[in-house]
Amino acid sequence: MNLSLVLDMACSGHADRVAVTTGDRNLTYAEIDAASRAVAAELVRTGATALVHLGTNAVSLPVCLFGAARAGVPFVPLNYRLSQEQLAGLLADHPGALLVHEGAAPASFQGLTRARDTLADLPPADAVEVPEDDELVAVLLYTSGTTAAPKGALLRHRHLLAYVLGTVEFGGAGEDEAALVTVPPYHIAGVTNLVSNLYAGRRIVYLDAFDPATWLETVRREQVTQAMVVPTMLARVVDLIGDAPDPRVGSLRTLSYGGARMPLPVLERALALFPEAGFVNAYGLTETSSTIALLGPDEHRAAFSASDPAARARLASVGRLVPGIELEVRDEDGGVLPPGTPGLLFLRGDQVSGEYAGSSVLDADGWFPTRDRGWVDVDGYLFLEGRADDTIIRGGENIAPAEIEDVLLEHPGVVDAVVVGVPDDEWGQRLAAVVVAADGSEPDIEELRAWVRARLRSSKTPDLVEFRAELPRTDTGKLLRRQVLAELADRQKA
Amino acid sequence: MQASVQTKPGLKLRGTTCSTEVVVVRPAADPVALTCCGAPLTTEETGIAPAGPSPDGILLGKRYADEQTGLELLCTKPGPGELAVDGRPLSLKGAKPLPASD
Repeated sequence: MNLSLVLDMACSGHADRVAVTTGDRNLTYAEIDAASRAVAAELVRTGATALVHLGTNAVSLPVCLFGAARAGVPFVPLNYRLSQEQLAGLLADHPGALLVHEGAAPASFQGLTRARDTLADLPPADAVEVPEDDELVAVLLYTSGTTAAPKGALLRHRHLLAYVLGTVEFGGAGEDEAALVTVPPYHIAGVTNLVSNLYAGRRIVYLDAFDPATWLETVRREQVTQAMVVPTMLARVVDLIGDAPDPRVGSLRTLSYGGARMPLPVLERALALFPEAGFVNAYGLTETSSTIALLGPDEHRAAFSASDPAARARLASVGRLVPGIELEVRDEDGGVLPPGTPGLLFLRGDQVSGEYAGSSVLDADGWFPTRDRGWVDVDGYLFLEGRADDTIIRGGENIAPAEIEDVLLEHPGVVDAVVVGVPDDEWGQRLAAVVVAADGSEPDIEELRAWVRARLRSSKTPDLVEFRAELPRTDTGKLLRRQVLAELADRQKA
Repeated sequence: MQASVQTKPGLKLRGTTCSTEVVVVRPAADPVALTCCGAPLTTEETGIAPAGPSPDGILLGKRYADEQTGLELLCTKPGPGELAVDGRPLSLKGAKPLPASD
């Protein structure tokens, strides 16, 4: 089975519907089909070993993804925001690729190149022999590398097909449905939303440079029904809307979010500002072909309207596992832990790849070590504590920084916060909080420490608190903890 | 006596007298005899022109399952039915769709 089955079925079912929109450009399923055959033929003709994509979201993105799939070579979307030096490093992994680029091609690349705007000039091709071997690599994605150097994660045809066939209903979207996509093409959600929306028959509307005003304007103009955002985007959208729901964005039926930890105050404001929308929290990793757990619309509303603290706490859950996924929570020695006890998360299922260029990290029984920490409640709801590598060990006690960050974010004078462990001779590590204050109201440091101490305990109270204008994040909203830690360490030395 | 096939995920099968095409999503452990419209399914190309959608037929994108063997097929080209395994009709599998998450 080749991933292009998704496009073949979409063409059988709804060939003449518009599949994707960028600005005033539209492509139907049939047009994507024809253009991707031409790209596949070009890849075969030139003997290219991969299609490397360097550019923003555009109607040509599905053409490149399915062109590569039909030619049986990996689709490799790269981050166009990387420096020339970083790009040269990644491009060196793919010397035999066809590089499809927006703007100028990087000078460091010696192989085949083609400007993205010229893809439409390729001669039409009907007879491309599509390889059916689903062990072929469909997509190679570089992980965001917030805790280590970026790694090239491999997703084979069978992984992506397992994800889409297992979680999406074919043709399940109404003809009026449109999904607003702001995640970049080199992010796992950028790839999977493309595959799942095509399969569902839902039109994709791309918005490239995110800003909250353009986002709201696009929802209005395109009558968007679903949107996926990362937490930093949602925070800016709710800030712009203000205090009362905006009736002009009433077309929005589903608002899904993921990619990083969602601050509870932002989510609560959003639930109030989009009272008719169904909220979906999705948890997944690049190595698991995206979503493996989700908290659905009814669960959000039930938790939001609950007064019982335990029921309300579920707003912070990433929900329950999707079909076909198994989870074990294990201790450091590999022992399986019962519900309610935090530990390391291990996942297994047909959509789980756990494979990087040249090596698989799956164990003998097929379990993928996520390096995320979390726990499951008695009803199967999963709660995340963050990356295992971010755990701070202070005086022998393991502390998840996310727990302290959540408490800091509840303070009315705090809009963003990160907690890291700085090396300390006495305690091993001490807790340092770096905080972004709300406009014009920098809270008193001792008051902030007392706020945390009253809600957690003294061993979880930051020893140091510093203020910053903003925190370093990736463009998909992930905190760059290493960078914060390095800055603090430099300061200590100085 | 009709030939049996060993199913595996991703195996494409086509009707020999109709346009129905399915792909195996969950295989049966042992070889099974698969038919559509009473005629055996084949892994070969048949060149039969696709039928228009028919509410009584095998529907594009729907799953058809057999409880006894655990076999599950996904319809990738519609056509008339019915699909059967070892003479037992396959049943349309209803699934509660998940909300769009990406």
